[in-house]
Amino acid sequence: MKLPPFQYLVDEHWRDVARVAHALAGPVDAEDVAQQAWTQALRAYPRLRGAHNLRGWLLTITTRCAMDAHRSRARRAIPVGEALDVPEGPGLGDPGEALPDGTVWGAVRRLPARQRTAVALRYVADLDHAQIARCLDTTPAASRRLVSDALTALRDHLPATGTPEATPEEEQ
Amino acid sequence: MNPDDRPAADQPPTSDQPPAADHRETASRRGTGGTHAVERALHGYDPPVRPPVLPSGDVAYVVADDLPVGRMLLAARPDGEVLLSAFVPDSGREGALLERIARQVSPRVLRGGHGLDRVRRQLDDYLAGRRRDFELTVDPVLASPFQREVLTRLVAQVGYGATTSYGRLAATIGRPHGARAVGAALGANPLCIILPCHRVVASSGALTGYAGGIAAKQLLLDLERHDGLERHGGRTR
Repeated sequence: MKLPPFQYLVDEHWRDVARVAHALAGPVDAEDVAQQAWTQALRAYPRLRGAHNLRGWLLTITTRCAMDAHRSRARRAIPVGEALDVPEGPGLGDPGEALPDGTVWGAVRRLPARQRTAVALRYVADLDHAQIARCLDTTPAASRRLVSDALTALRDHLPATGTPEATPEEEQ
Repeated sequence: MNPDDRPAADQPPTSDQPPAADHRETASRRGTGGTHAVERALHGYDPPVRPPVLPSGDVAYVVADDLPVGRMLLAARPDGEVLLSAFVPDSGREGALLERIARQVSPRVLRGGHGLDRVRRQLDDYLAGRRRDFELTVDPVLASPFQREVLTRLVAQVGYGATTSYGRLAATIGRPHGARAVGAALGANPLCIILPCHRVVASSGALTGYAGGIAAKQLLLDLERHDGLERHGGRTR
């Protein structure tokens, strides 16, 4: 079983891991999530059976670490005042991010875990649905549904961000 | 800069996505394509990112490209035990050796780390004439048993400033006609300079070969002889 030196993986994929971590966990937790992902990958590396999809393997670990970070954030107590700002809507209002972030990626981070993971892997890491399916342990069809459901949720709840040309002059 | 992630007009800007001018065409508020506008907003995500800080692997390596003797790859375990000191004139050779380490020792090979400080310092001192003997723990795991035998005998018998010939070294290990095999073994030395295969020359005295090139070999021998000259008050060996 021929595994490349681990440093090769770091050099080739650290940006992807960092960007997916940032997309899923936000700017504050991104580095911790990426750090955890690399630490876990390094530990597990010698036990790998195949070297054929190391990028997918790394991104799977990254998404797991991001989910762990989300859950532990949600378990932390939220001050009463901030909780009132959590937007309503199906799938949104994750208590892990009490204050709404005006960017589209802020809204992505408030989606259900599997939807936001599929979106990050698709739009940040450019994975196809077969690869996303492997990361999420599901089917390519399910991956497509996760992404389309996510996009619908994002469209319905972020009209201003959805139309990038909404300048002050164009509003009535 | 990411124009897709402008904050909404009625909310304060977020710290990670500064506003930028939009350059795309006008569309209706919700977009005729429904989610197409959302997709466009998602593309081009480019947050500021930094490389990770990793824990130690099983092998640490560094490329020393400022040594007078040539570009070298040094590899050691985290506790400092040296596995490799090899001449690597190009990245192809470097890659081949790292892959060998990944196969024969452990794939957890990472660049950097403090385990290499000691060997680098001693190498610098040696090349500057400040040190004659290395005080390092080495693990010749990358050498075959025969190579190890040859190198062990060499270290024991040929000290700083001295030389021997392939034939004499072969005789020493009980292989009087094995000069060529000894030459090949020395050529495969994974611990160049530290295990001094540069001190072996043809019986004529000619420098026939060296992993780091003949010029490097000459430099090392001159370095050692020069110090030898000073020790013996100017007398040649």
